[in-house]
Amino acid sequence: MKKELGIGVLLLLLCVAVAILNPKFLSATNLQNQARLIGIYGIFSIGLGIIIITGGIDLSVGSVFAFQGVLVAIALREWHFAWPIAVMGSIFVVMGLGLFHAVLITRLRLQPFIVTLCGLLMYRSIARSAAADETKGFADENFGPLRWLASGDLGPVPMQFIALLVVAAIMWVVLHRSVYGRYLYAVGRNEEASRYSGINTGMVIGGAYVLGMLLAGIAGIQLAFYTNSISPSGHGMSYELLGIAAAVLGGCSLRGGEGSIVGILLGTALLRVLQNLVILLGIPSSWNDFVMGAVILIGVTLDELLTNRVKRPKHPDAGPVSPSREPLPV
Amino acid sequence: MAPILQLTGICKRFPGVVALDEVSLAADRGEVVALIGENGAGKSTLMKILGGVHQPDAGQIILAGSAVTIRSVADAVKHGIGFVHQELNNLDNLEIAANLFLGREPLWAGPLRLIDRRAMVEASRPHLERLGLKIDPRTPLRQLSLAQQQLVEIAKALSQNARILVLDEPTSSLTATETERLLATVTDLRGQGVSIIYISHRLGEIGRIADRVVALRDGRNAGELGRGQINHDNMVRLMIGRDLKSFYVPGVGQHHPARLRLQGLRTSAWPSQAVSFDAAGGEILTFAGLVGSGRSELAQAIFGVTPPLDGRISLDGKELTIRGSRDAINAGIYLAPEDRRKTGLVTSMTIRENVTLPGLRDHAPAGLIRRGRESETTDRQIAAMQIRAPSRESRVMNLSGGNQQKVVLGKWLALKPKVLIVDEPTRGIDVGAKAEIYRLLRALADTGVAVIVISSDMEEVLGISDRIAVMREGAIAGILDRSRFSEVAVMNLAFGKAPTNTAASAAATASN
Repeated sequence: MKKELGIGVLLLLLCVAVAILNPKFLSATNLQNQARLIGIYGIFSIGLGIIIITGGIDLSVGSVFAFQGVLVAIALREWHFAWPIAVMGSIFVVMGLGLFHAVLITRLRLQPFIVTLCGLLMYRSIARSAAADETKGFADENFGPLRWLASGDLGPVPMQFIALLVVAAIMWVVLHRSVYGRYLYAVGRNEEASRYSGINTGMVIGGAYVLGMLLAGIAGIQLAFYTNSISPSGHGMSYELLGIAAAVLGGCSLRGGEGSIVGILLGTALLRVLQNLVILLGIPSSWNDFVMGAVILIGVTLDELLTNRVKRPKHPDAGPVSPSREPLPV
Repeated sequence: MAPILQLTGICKRFPGVVALDEVSLAADRGEVVALIGENGAGKSTLMKILGGVHQPDAGQIILAGSAVTIRSVADAVKHGIGFVHQELNNLDNLEIAANLFLGREPLWAGPLRLIDRRAMVEASRPHLERLGLKIDPRTPLRQLSLAQQQLVEIAKALSQNARILVLDEPTSSLTATETERLLATVTDLRGQGVSIIYISHRLGEIGRIADRVVALRDGRNAGELGRGQINHDNMVRLMIGRDLKSFYVPGVGQHHPARLRLQGLRTSAWPSQAVSFDAAGGEILTFAGLVGSGRSELAQAIFGVTPPLDGRISLDGKELTIRGSRDAINAGIYLAPEDRRKTGLVTSMTIRENVTLPGLRDHAPAGLIRRGRESETTDRQIAAMQIRAPSRESRVMNLSGGNQQKVVLGKWLALKPKVLIVDEPTRGIDVGAKAEIYRLLRALADTGVAVIVISSDMEEVLGISDRIAVMREGAIAGILDRSRFSEVAVMNLAFGKAPTNTAASAAATASN
């Protein structure tokens, strides 16, 4: 919880600072737009966070957005599918990609980095080819309630933000209260010991990749309607890295076994506010990524230094088994 | 002439244990000295001192008449001491020549420090030829058999002008023919004036090549045998014979009929050996044997983490199909593995999370975990196991070895075991906690559970068991009843009465 508190305080300080320096930060339009973006980013960052908790990674998310965006646009505008079929169908296809990753990673024991890197390369290429490298879009059609569901507002609150709250609540229960969630942490921290406790580690890890893609699929629909036009060569480009950054900033360890929903949400919000800050403070937008990179770097450096200073646990795992290594009984 | 190597009065203490007490060892030029002793007799510690890994608390190392201090592995190399460990320490992603010259590569181009590969390869040839290895030095190491890799390690030691070569269990993973070739190499090297310290459990091999045998027991010199006296019985006699305290508490329970029955079980570690035995409810059946005799692999097969190749396992008369640990757990067969920190526990998690991990579903109606139920179970196990920890939310990594082992036992005992297999229950655990764990195991047996212990500690084997099964090279060499318990009986079964024969070596091959 300490980590989350630290990030929370940092986020709050940053918000106050930006609000003082440029009161536009608190304007209704800006808050609404930030909430919209936090909603989209938050949903797929949670998915990435869960994969990272198992000790894995998914680099394919950005390309999946392009692939799914093109697919949905074509399904709705060219094949004239009913909107629920187009949306659900595209999410199922995306989950199928997750299942494909899962099988390669858990059955063939390929490295997640490689598997999803190849996904990153392939899926965008498929999207470009399917769209003949043309921009696909939804023009001004509404497709029944779909546009409102994906990018409308409920009162003053953007739908993306409401969706994030729902997803986060469900995923909080899954991660922090369910058997599956406990298994995710156990497997991420020590796969062997989990196997020795009777856990089907392949199913747990594989499940995370499918679940991650479900969340990416939901965010993908929102993103497609947010941009309203999908240029396959650039749509969603390097979003996976922003999601990974949010999860890591929020306390997920790439070594696995660590992280929380609240942390990922705070990490996402912090990244968004940083991007917003660059614009509001009139910093040239070329510095955008530098600011994000620097803040993440400072964050993880401080975290490493502080946790290691405060309590470096006895490392009983190091060295040969000799009686001298045993701490005395408490 | 002074012997080339002389260790005198070496003492080494670790907190709580005296690992070496006034140990001496000498070797002449061109002499093969075999170092023998039970598991834990102090052989490895002594060799680590010779290799500069540990510093002795007292005693002297004298090389060719002058006392030296060996502060590091590099020091040992400089003094002409070479090691070939049981677990090879090579880089199998590099070629042979690169392994031979690792850290002292011939260079050219001055300040650029580029490797002169041609010189390195050429310089490698004579070292390989000396050992009869007719392989191109540019061959990647991973293409070599284990035996050849071992020869490369020996070549590396010799290329650093080793005058003293320590071979630690060199034949434990070699085939019969490879073993023959290695023994021939050792004899050759002796002829070339290299002194060899040969550590092995294979008494047959020692009988063939050793000029002298030095035995250790409980960190002390237990005696020496000269060329004419080296035979199986003499070696076993030197290794055993310490005073063993007995902790034996007879079980109260009437023995139930066999609960666990294995028929013809074969493991991937020893595919040519079929293992059959019964374990009764209410008894503690202990598996003794040398390290590497296949005991842990047998346990892992019964528990399903490496499913058996073949054979039948039945529990209370019902045949089981075990394809994974979940099958064994559902049947009530549990394993507390040898390496608590790697496989027994998720050490970064709390006591509560570890205790409830295998039975988590029982604490989670509708898939949602109830903290309250978890806490109840955990508190009950903390009390029953007498786990000493600040709270149930303490991370397991911060507990002592004894308390960690109690958490492992607690996690299984919370599930009502029928068969509990405990691999090395007290390794690295202090004396007080040991007694508590023995008490727990006995109390568990008294409730009708079949308790199977795997132990390399002779005192423990003789002290806590109702029956002892001794394994050798993947098979059960014999099962002893209490009336036949003795250290000699266990050792004779563990080492095999006859010298290493072809069949046994062939079985050893299969282990790879």
